[in-house]
Amino acid sequence: MSIKEKALILDKAGIDRALTRVAHEILEKNKGARDLVLVGIQRGGVHIARRLSARIREIEKVDVPVGSLDITMYRDDLSTRKSQPVPQATDITFDIQDKVMVLVDDVIFTGRTIRAALNSIMDYGRPRCIQLAVLVDRGHRELPIRADYVGKNLPTSGKEKVEVMLAEDGVEEKIVILGE
Amino acid sequence: MALSSKDLLGIKGMTADEITLILDTAATFKDVSERDIKKVPVLRGKTVINLFYEASTRTRTSFELAGKRLSADVINISTSTSSVVKGETLLDTARNIEAMKCDMIIVRHSCSGAPEFLSKRLKSAVINAGDGFHEHPTQALLDMYTIREKLGKLEGLTIAIVGDIAHSRVARSNIYGLTTMGAKVRVCGPPTMVPPGIESLGARVYYDMNTAVEGVDVVMMIRLQLERQTAGLFPGVREYARFYGLNQARVERAAKHVLVMHPGPMNRGVEISSEVADGTPVILDQVTNGVAVRMAVMYLLSGGTKPEA
Repeated sequence: MSIKEKALILDKAGIDRALTRVAHEILEKNKGARDLVLVGIQRGGVHIARRLSARIREIEKVDVPVGSLDITMYRDDLSTRKSQPVPQATDITFDIQDKVMVLVDDVIFTGRTIRAALNSIMDYGRPRCIQLAVLVDRGHRELPIRADYVGKNLPTSGKEKVEVMLAEDGVEEKIVILGE
Repeated sequence: MALSSKDLLGIKGMTADEITLILDTAATFKDVSERDIKKVPVLRGKTVINLFYEASTRTRTSFELAGKRLSADVINISTSTSSVVKGETLLDTARNIEAMKCDMIIVRHSCSGAPEFLSKRLKSAVINAGDGFHEHPTQALLDMYTIREKLGKLEGLTIAIVGDIAHSRVARSNIYGLTTMGAKVRVCGPPTMVPPGIESLGARVYYDMNTAVEGVDVVMMIRLQLERQTAGLFPGVREYARFYGLNQARVERAAKHVLVMHPGPMNRGVEISSEVADGTPVILDQVTNGVAVRMAVMYLLSGGTKPEA
């Protein structure tokens, strides 16, 4: 079985345009950047959260704090996994009390990662509200969870794998579908 | 990456990769103890038993906190108030506990090998909290974590372990662990307390403490059990303190960045002077790190499909 790229969904320019639009949408919905914080979900969402913060700085001339959240300890499949994943760091250096928090992830699929992120955030404090921004929504939700901001809607089959590759990881930037 | 066994019985035989995995995992669990809500749902619904045949404050509380912060249900059994006083055997005690469907048993026992004995007969994960003179793996792991956190690495460091090496499971586990991670280990104590053949574990033996601590990066003091005096192993507490106690002068012989460590409880004025004990906060860091390391171990040993015991 060889995993190869079946289809190119977005190239670098496409990703840039999508993130610019998402940044504008976040500012539009929240009528600015007051009390706004961005929290990227390890690992895929952290770089995207930073990019959104940079875009917002260009558009609105405001610095929005960015944190990273590791949800490993809140996963719902720890009892059934063969080996436990090593948790990454959670780095939220700012107070989240009463803030407008936008969670950021690269791909939303079953929704279980977001459920874990919500439970994790609740143990850190009480934001005023939590919104969700994703680069790709590939469908197949198993929980009643939806994203507020979507870079690209992408219908997929359950067997396919969506890979978001970002320049920060030292690879050519693109979003692809992998399959057999 | 996973640990290769369903239990944690000792440091001997662990690879450097496994030790590194535990230390890396411990770093993220340390954050849980620092925040306001000190709980994560990792072991939610799991049952953990602390089966302690020997007295303990530090280790037992540390394991209890680790389990509770992972959301497990933790039960403490101290055998002085259990049916062990009626003569129930170790195996029967453990089997009865397992019959109540416990997921993890943490054992401290005065017989070397007791945790291994249980691990072969029980399906639950068994963690060794100290067995006889054999091993105390979580203590060594938290010691290594503390050293790595403070000095940035383990490889290439020189550590002096001073005290009653012969009767110290802490010393043994540390010797195994530190040598596996590429550090150099010196052991030092009165000849009556340094077991012959300890060099075969990779440690260099010193009987003179001033030479032993010269230029070292870490000095690890082992508690002197005062009962050993009646066994004739040392002539008196004052003489022991003079030759093998850690005082400020000896601290200054070590490297400038030296870490002074002690597994606790300390005999002030015996193996460590009050001046040194109060001047070095690392000893309390060891305790803080102990909870994080034990959380990491319990996390890595939980999980569905475990390798065959």
